[in-house]
Amino acid sequence: MSTAVDATHHDAHHDHKPSGIGRWLFTTNHKDIGTLYLWFSLIMFFVGGAMAMVIRAELFQPGLQLVEPHFFNQMTTVHGLVMIFGAVMPAFVGLANWMIPMMIGAPDMALPRMNNWSFWILPFAFCILLGSLFSAGGGPAFGWTAYAPLSTQYGGDSTAYFVFSVHIMGISSIMGAINVIVTVLNMRAPGMTLMKMPMFVWTWLITAFLLIAVMPVLAGAVTMLLTDTYFGTSFFDAAGGGDPVMYQHIFWFFGHPEVYIMILPSFGIVSAIIPAFARKKLFGYSSMVYATAAIALLSFLVWAHHMFTTGMPVFAELFFMYCTMIIAVPTGVKIFNWVATMWRGSLTFETPMLFALAFVILFTIGGFSGLMLAITPADFQYHDTYFVVAHFHYVLVTGAVFSIMAAAYYWLPKWSGYMYDTTLSKVHFWLSVISVNILFFPMHFAGLAGMPRRIPDYATQFADVNQITSIGGFAFGLSQLVFLWVVIKCAQKKGEKADSKPWEGAEGFEWSVPSPAPYHTFEKPPKVE
Amino acid sequence: MSEQHQNNSILVKRLLLTVAGMFAFGFALVPLYDVFCEVTGFNGRTSNEAATYEMVEIDESRTIRVQFLTRNAKGIPWKFESSVKEVRIHPGETKVVNFLAANPTQSDMVAQAIPSVAPAEASLYLNKVECFCFNQQPLTAGANTKMPMQFYVDPDIPDHITTFTLSYTLYDVTAQSSQSFKDEQKETE
Amino acid sequence: MKMKPLWTLLVMLSLPASAESQLNLTKGVTEVSNRVYDLHMTIFYICCVIGVVVFGLMFISMIRHRKSKNPKPANFHENVKVEIAWTIIPLLILVGMAIPATTTLIAMEDTSDADVTIQVTGSQWKWHYKYFENDVEFFSRLATQQEQINNKFDKSENYLLEVDRPLVIPTGQKVRFLVTSDDVIHSWWVPDFAIKKDANPGFINETWTKVDEPGVYRGQCAELCGKDHGFMPVVVIAKEPAEYEKWITEIEAEQEAARQREQELLSMEMSKDELMDLGEKVYNSTCAACHQPNGQGVNGVFPALAGSGVAVDPDGTSKHIDIVVNGVSGTAMQAFGEQLSMQELAAVITYERNAWGNDTGDLIQAADINEVMNQ
Repeated sequence: MSTAVDATHHDAHHDHKPSGIGRWLFTTNHKDIGTLYLWFSLIMFFVGGAMAMVIRAELFQPGLQLVEPHFFNQMTTVHGLVMIFGAVMPAFVGLANWMIPMMIGAPDMALPRMNNWSFWILPFAFCILLGSLFSAGGGPAFGWTAYAPLSTQYGGDSTAYFVFSVHIMGISSIMGAINVIVTVLNMRAPGMTLMKMPMFVWTWLITAFLLIAVMPVLAGAVTMLLTDTYFGTSFFDAAGGGDPVMYQHIFWFFGHPEVYIMILPSFGIVSAIIPAFARKKLFGYSSMVYATAAIALLSFLVWAHHMFTTGMPVFAELFFMYCTMIIAVPTGVKIFNWVATMWRGSLTFETPMLFALAFVILFTIGGFSGLMLAITPADFQYHDTYFVVAHFHYVLVTGAVFSIMAAAYYWLPKWSGYMYDTTLSKVHFWLSVISVNILFFPMHFAGLAGMPRRIPDYATQFADVNQITSIGGFAFGLSQLVFLWVVIKCAQKKGEKADSKPWEGAEGFEWSVPSPAPYHTFEKPPKVE
Repeated sequence: MSEQHQNNSILVKRLLLTVAGMFAFGFALVPLYDVFCEVTGFNGRTSNEAATYEMVEIDESRTIRVQFLTRNAKGIPWKFESSVKEVRIHPGETKVVNFLAANPTQSDMVAQAIPSVAPAEASLYLNKVECFCFNQQPLTAGANTKMPMQFYVDPDIPDHITTFTLSYTLYDVTAQSSQSFKDEQKETE
Repeated sequence: MKMKPLWTLLVMLSLPASAESQLNLTKGVTEVSNRVYDLHMTIFYICCVIGVVVFGLMFISMIRHRKSKNPKPANFHENVKVEIAWTIIPLLILVGMAIPATTTLIAMEDTSDADVTIQVTGSQWKWHYKYFENDVEFFSRLATQQEQINNKFDKSENYLLEVDRPLVIPTGQKVRFLVTSDDVIHSWWVPDFAIKKDANPGFINETWTKVDEPGVYRGQCAELCGKDHGFMPVVVIAKEPAEYEKWITEIEAEQEAARQREQELLSMEMSKDELMDLGEKVYNSTCAACHQPNGQGVNGVFPALAGSGVAVDPDGTSKHIDIVVNGVSGTAMQAFGEQLSMQELAAVITYERNAWGNDTGDLIQAADINEVMNQ
């Protein structure tokens, strides 16, 4: 080990990093691009979060106080789009860029120039989307799902802004996914067989295949919205022989795999962190791989569970209900495997582990409400209420976002070379985990009691629950400023210098290089045992 | 290293092909959906083509209640209604129902009626021999018309369907109409 | 663990104000809604049991297997038998859940042999009900005053859940609903009946209920349908069959009388003041939501009427009437010909042509509207 460190240390002196803005604009280095993605995602997290604050402020009490209903709808729509396509997905791509080459012992991503492009078109996509909020008529106000004919006939020009920005985001994701697949399949160090890859690499490989399978379908669906709006086609207009419900079928054919695109990499992160802090190998590695693949395949067969109330024949409702319920099995396998990994380990609770454990518990709660939503007769009551809002925020915030934070706290010393302020990070964890539950747990009650989602004002019986939710929301929003502070402090290289392997139980090639990871790593592939 | 590059570019090409294929698949879902609906009666739309009435045995043991709904979409001021609200019919028996349409405006218009059946499953067993919904319906200013619809219910209709509703929504398609008489009108003006 | 006291505190703080706040799904008032409730509770309890077991094991591990207590980790990392067990057992639990779910679903989708058929049509942002067996139809709009929404007045008991004309159905009879829409997708939802059905433009969906207890049942639109999605409630009154018959006969006679009265009023001229007074009232309740009370509209979404467009065009009178009566397809402008009386239409168009400094001086009478609608 020590010789490896010496050898790479020597390299570090010849890093040849270009300096100035050009370094970032023209970079083809996977670590630089990873850093760009991560900062971009953090910025978008706060932009989307600010919109969530507007929403929660308006919903703090019944009546209209701060914003008009039309603007409220723009906020819910753009909040969703920014968080999904701007915060969660780029964060995962950033992590993939930083970690995958180091984890498989490759010098860089396979297609570095495409990598540069896939990042640098993203800011344009979000300029279009966010800029539309300031245009006449405002931004998209038809929900992130953009159901026709609300989007085609009543969206005004916001539909065009929406479609173009989604196209660019889609192209960016597809390029990122192609890069991951080629890197993983072609650039592994000799001896690194597929079944020896870290779980994070596996989950990302499967995610990348999902991305190239469904992002083009989304592109097709929104293109049809565009032609329906501007070029007189009637894909989704009954007058010309189309069917508005068909949009929902096509959209959710993309949409459900998309949900797994946002959670599979999380599974990979948690499968790296729990063994590290339990000081015990991941339990049931191969079953984890198969379970991930099974979830990905099943995700193509369940889309219509988002559409039970659109009026489907019974046979279709039963088919989609059964398929959806079956997904609980591989998901359960994963959770049991994590618990078995912890079992009789030697656990310590550093910040990454705290986030990973919170992930397992809170994601499971989101899984339970998901199972309840799968039951078609009950879904008729839950559908389009705050119960659904609670469900997908449990899987996306305490699921995806918590795993991203766990990953950041786990690998931040490797990225910056300095240990972050651990006390402050634990403060961030406890503030987040408390406030996030005050924020999202009461939403279950609001939904069950009958509060529809996407409304700017509500009946007085929902007032108390919404007030608690809003307080939780403001607290969660403010808590994230602590995260920003920790990250900035660490990026400014304040604090203790980090060892090449700051976590006792961590495993993987990324810990064999010094911290911060040199600009170029594994130009000679490492030896795989 | 060059071998590596070659491998990479082969894989990239394949992946790009997959992407293009999936983009095309998104559009292919449109006709696939139509075929799927036609086979399963998924969305309750009836066939756009005339059925030929084959001599089928009339099942007098059963009577199906067929209700008619007529609706105007936004922006079309026509009067549009069926001459009867509902009929009771034996499976296998043919029936003609007249629909009345009137254009009270001062301009010539073209309308298209869009059928829908509830429960959707019943659309599989509703056979229309003749229907005004197969074509766009032009109506000159102030004119009115009687539009016949001849249909029969397939005797294979399952026992649990005792009532179904056939609705027509009338849309103004003057602007998009292929059989527009706008041009003629301009000449006379 | 730290979160518990805080959580309890928050819930406690809010409790006194909300003694009647409902936290669980409603049981509802129909056989179907009761079955759905039972199904919901069954799955909920199953999830709770699984949760207690899984989280329990996690917490035991966190306490007993921490480094200070267990410095040397075990090194097992595979066990096929255990893996098979935790695949098979959840599968069996799921089958157990699927059986009642399937039977309930099949019962819910059986729309045959209905006694009453009602057509439910959603449009931005109100519901329209039409009784198939009777000559009765009406719109049902939000009845909450704008001042309550804008916090100028205190909020009433059924704030946002009250309508001007509720739907009335008979108890003990099977009522079938044919659900459709005039513009975008809406969703007709009454939690007490466990009914939620999307209203798709150009298509009809069906659902049904059989209510045993007379009462007032409230719901809302459940599918985002534009700006005022949050302001289109559903109110259903279930009446004993005899009372229902009485109600429907009365309303049928009333609607017939209204039609006749309208015909009689056609010949009557209204003065400018009368037209403007009535017009302002109609405008504020029907048009102001989009075109704004000051006629300025919303830039890029809803066109302004004050000082621009057809409302100030001296030759635009007939065009103006056409737009208001028949709507504009492909936009949010609805056809108000069916929704307002001819007097109201005449008044609101007069108002739009003379308010906010438009001052065209045009007076529109019911007869003018009649000419456009019926020649």
